[in-house]
Amino acid sequence: MTTFQARTHTVTLTERLKDATNVALIAILLGIPMIGLHTVDAGGKLMVATRWPWLLAFVATMFFGRLALQFAIDQFKLKRLTRQRTRTLEVATPRPWLKWLGYGLLGFSLVLPIAFSDNRYVVDTATTVLIYVMLGWGLNVVVGLAGLLDLGYVAFYAVGAYSYALLSTQFGWNFWETLPVAGALAALFGILLGWPTLRLRGDYLAIVTLGFGEIIRVILINWTEFSGGPNGIGSIERPSFFGLPFKPDSDDGATFASFFGLEYASEHRVIFLYYLILVLALLTNLFIARLRKLPVGLAWEAVREDEVACKALGMNVTNVKLSAFAIGAMLGGFAGVFFAARQGFISPESFVFSESATILAIVVLGGMGSQFGVVIAASLLVILPELGRDFSEYRMLLFGAAMILIMVWKPGGLISRREPSKVLAGVEK
Amino acid sequence: MGQFIQQLINGLTLGSVYGLIALGYTMVYGIIGMINFAHGDIYMVAAIISVTVITLLAALGISAVPLALMVTLLVVMAFTAVYGWSVERVAYRPLRTAPRLAPLISAIGMSIFLQNMVQLTQGARVKPIADMMPGQFNLFTFDGFTVFLSYTQLMIIVVTVVLLAIFTYIITRTSFGRQQRACEQDQTMTALLGVNVDRTISLTFMLGAALAAIAGVMVTIYYGVVDFAIGFVAGLKAFTAAVLGGIGSLPGAVLGGLIIGMLESFWSAYYSPEYKDVAGFALLILVLMFRPSGLLGRPEVEKV
Amino acid sequence: MSNQQSHLLEVKNLTMRFGGLTAINDLSLGIEGGKITSIIGPNGAGKTTFFNCLTGFYKPTTGSVQMNHPEHGALLLEKMPSHLVARKASVVRTFQNIRLFPNMTVLENLIVAQHNALQKASHFSLAGLLGLASYRQASEAAMEKAEMWLTRLKLRDIANMPTGNLSYGTQRRVEIARALCVDPLLICLDEPAAGLNPRESAELNDLLLYLTREHHKGVMLIEHDMNVVMKVSDHICVLNFGNKIAEGTPEQIQNNPEVIKAYLGEEEIEDTTEEEAA
Ligand SMILES: Nc1ncnc2c1ncn2[C@@H]1O[C@H](COP(=O)(O)OP(=O)(O)OP(=O)(O)O)[C@@H](O)[C@H]1O
Ligand SMILES: [Mg+2]
Repeated sequence: MTTFQARTHTVTLTERLKDATNVALIAILLGIPMIGLHTVDAGGKLMVATRWPWLLAFVATMFFGRLALQFAIDQFKLKRLTRQRTRTLEVATPRPWLKWLGYGLLGFSLVLPIAFSDNRYVVDTATTVLIYVMLGWGLNVVVGLAGLLDLGYVAFYAVGAYSYALLSTQFGWNFWETLPVAGALAALFGILLGWPTLRLRGDYLAIVTLGFGEIIRVILINWTEFSGGPNGIGSIERPSFFGLPFKPDSDDGATFASFFGLEYASEHRVIFLYYLILVLALLTNLFIARLRKLPVGLAWEAVREDEVACKALGMNVTNVKLSAFAIGAMLGGFAGVFFAARQGFISPESFVFSESATILAIVVLGGMGSQFGVVIAASLLVILPELGRDFSEYRMLLFGAAMILIMVWKPGGLISRREPSKVLAGVEK
Repeated sequence: MGQFIQQLINGLTLGSVYGLIALGYTMVYGIIGMINFAHGDIYMVAAIISVTVITLLAALGISAVPLALMVTLLVVMAFTAVYGWSVERVAYRPLRTAPRLAPLISAIGMSIFLQNMVQLTQGARVKPIADMMPGQFNLFTFDGFTVFLSYTQLMIIVVTVVLLAIFTYIITRTSFGRQQRACEQDQTMTALLGVNVDRTISLTFMLGAALAAIAGVMVTIYYGVVDFAIGFVAGLKAFTAAVLGGIGSLPGAVLGGLIIGMLESFWSAYYSPEYKDVAGFALLILVLMFRPSGLLGRPEVEKV
Repeated sequence: MSNQQSHLLEVKNLTMRFGGLTAINDLSLGIEGGKITSIIGPNGAGKTTFFNCLTGFYKPTTGSVQMNHPEHGALLLEKMPSHLVARKASVVRTFQNIRLFPNMTVLENLIVAQHNALQKASHFSLAGLLGLASYRQASEAAMEKAEMWLTRLKLRDIANMPTGNLSYGTQRRVEIARALCVDPLLICLDEPAAGLNPRESAELNDLLLYLTREHHKGVMLIEHDMNVVMKVSDHICVLNFGNKIAEGTPEQIQNNPEVIKAYLGEEEIEDTTEEEAA
């Protein structure tokens, strides 16, 4: 046993060095045209400049990084092997700490604006997190549960946002009147897009949704009379507290501050908006948790697992997919309405592909299908860039890298454990 | 009429570029049955590298056009092929047995990564270069409208046709092509027969990247400007072209590219340039609805 | 239409070609309800293709498959999409390469099979979301049906386990139980005994007889295990290169020289190469 180990070890060392050298060679080839050389603007004309030290640093990083990685893999090899054997999801034993963590987070989110009442920035950031949580939950229905890759989710977000912006500025509709209409409109868009494409293979859907997201943006930019073009739509009506506006004083009657006998403060609205999105998000969560236990929720997951088997059991797979697509779109639409109401101004800038990618990253990172994972991932992806502001230009780069690494490391995401939605009572586990 | 023919020529040129990129999609799809989501960005990387190479050659005083063109093509193809290889190695190979969604997502991650990497290392600014092959043939004049075919346009169209012929030959006649088609049918069995499946797949990605590299060089010379974001839309259109022609079919990819290119060119000229992307996309939806196997593709029966 | 009610399923002149390959050639066959009909034949004979044509996964090149449904009358299966074959014509199949929902539990697999009834009871989720009594009853009924089949197929103890981790033989049983939850009139089993040990395969025999005798379900069986086939079949159809070469009771088939030839491959080598070249 010992001799065997010793032998493998020596072989490994030289092999590891060779392997790392190969990686370094590849790194040189990749690095020369991108890092080693670059073109700079020299008075209207391009000039080639060099950055050899950077290239050297890059190649060295790759060499030693590879060595370290392989070393780590060697160390954990045993662990990895056992994990692979039981790869298809462990039996879902309930994890009480996760549940308690969930309740803890819920409690924290309820008292957050009170705890940070003097810190508007924290409440604002928390609101942003909640918007992404809601978007993540919506997309999770499509990607995580039904297994449909939607790369243009931001389009439905845009439909919601523009619905509210237009209906409120043109027709004077308020937030609560618009909410269901915008949701229905987004769902309708989802159905119109999904109907021709959902019967096709998965990767076609991905491209079509990607294209759809682009098209919506192109239309918003160019159809100036309708959408205000690149300038967007401004002075959108902000939501009021059951008819009481958040204003210093109002021409016709009471404001929120005067009604409750408070001194006007701009924080009132910030806090109200926070609670509004919290309520919307919690309702979304409740809604999805319920749907998951209904036939339609089970059907979504079954379609994700095996479409052919679903057909053989008499399930209309296209309809099942459409329902997931429409419900996901509707939730995106709701989030869009809130976004427009919160910002008071929207433009096509807010609905670019990187936004879709962010939401997808939240779902993937969190663990596809896991509601709780989405919360963790959304918090991470919003708060980390806020903490390292100087880092922000690397944000998308790190996103991309994280998406690859997480898929390779854990194709199921951070929380990949699935809780069964039906349990036979009186039977083990 | 003159205007019409001019748009036809412009459309053919543009379509050839889409066709070249679409060939890469189709080849990769043919072997692993999956879309290479990072392919558009590989094309973008190639275009950026070609800017560097062309600038460098000019600085070195190599001004003979054929020589400069050959060197640029070879150098860019070589570097881009390494990028193609890396994409497969990092984003696809570890996930070959994973659920279908996983490699798609890792490839999207790769696409985002490449785009932002180029933005960071090469800058976000548009990169202009001088016209490498100025000059044109004035074909004829019609109603005072002179129809022309620039040298660059001619080169692009010729290169595309030649490459299509070469690649069709490679896939249908050589042993590499046979190995590739065998992998498409059954990877396990192909491996048992002694074919190096990993190598075949890697080589396919590299060939696809090389084709994208040619497209990247052509576009750089044709338009004279490139930036880090061109991969996204071009990739989308080339994919549309591949589906339109029938994904998996090489002539189909080029045919699809030509159709998309011409649609776009005519749409811009006669309708509205702003909505040319919408036209291509609408066409994609129509094709998927009425002929999901594309113009030249074989309808596929799912084996159960 | 269905004037001659003798057959539950009537296959007429069914032909399926893939390019130059004729996987099924002009096959006609009648299948009775409440009986076990076996389809046997060497590898590549076209058995699975036959099931695929019956259940809407392949569109046959020519020919018809008529299901004489007691409620819905005569249905032409070759014109129906696969989900309607299961839902409306009550013809349900299993797969040669098992197709379960691997990350879902055994129980969930069986509930998914009752999707259509449940979805109807939940009024497209509305009644379900509101928790109405009508939906709750339907849901309980579905659980009961699932539990019934789980118990019958000795799967009750593992009801809450994900199916992906189960042994091969158990997975086969789950797939059969799942198909039974659709309430089929005709259940088509593609090599259910493959990979079973002798004890499991004896249990399968009992189950098949139970289904036909007690539940009066029609069973179609593709099987290579002659112990199963000869013991339980009421009727056997033998395919070779897509052609029906014999049909009859187990005794008739066992003594049929054509069948023996097809199985032992007497002077078949030349024919094989010819057929494949074609
Ligand atoms: N989708 C398809 N495309 C092309 N050929 C097919 C297809 N499906 C089946 N075939 C061919 O049809 C023939 C019959 O196959 P089938 O699977 O029906 O055989 P089988 O009798 O079920 O064999 P086994 O006992 O091995 O399961 C085979 O030659 C097979 O390759
Ligand atoms: Mg078979």
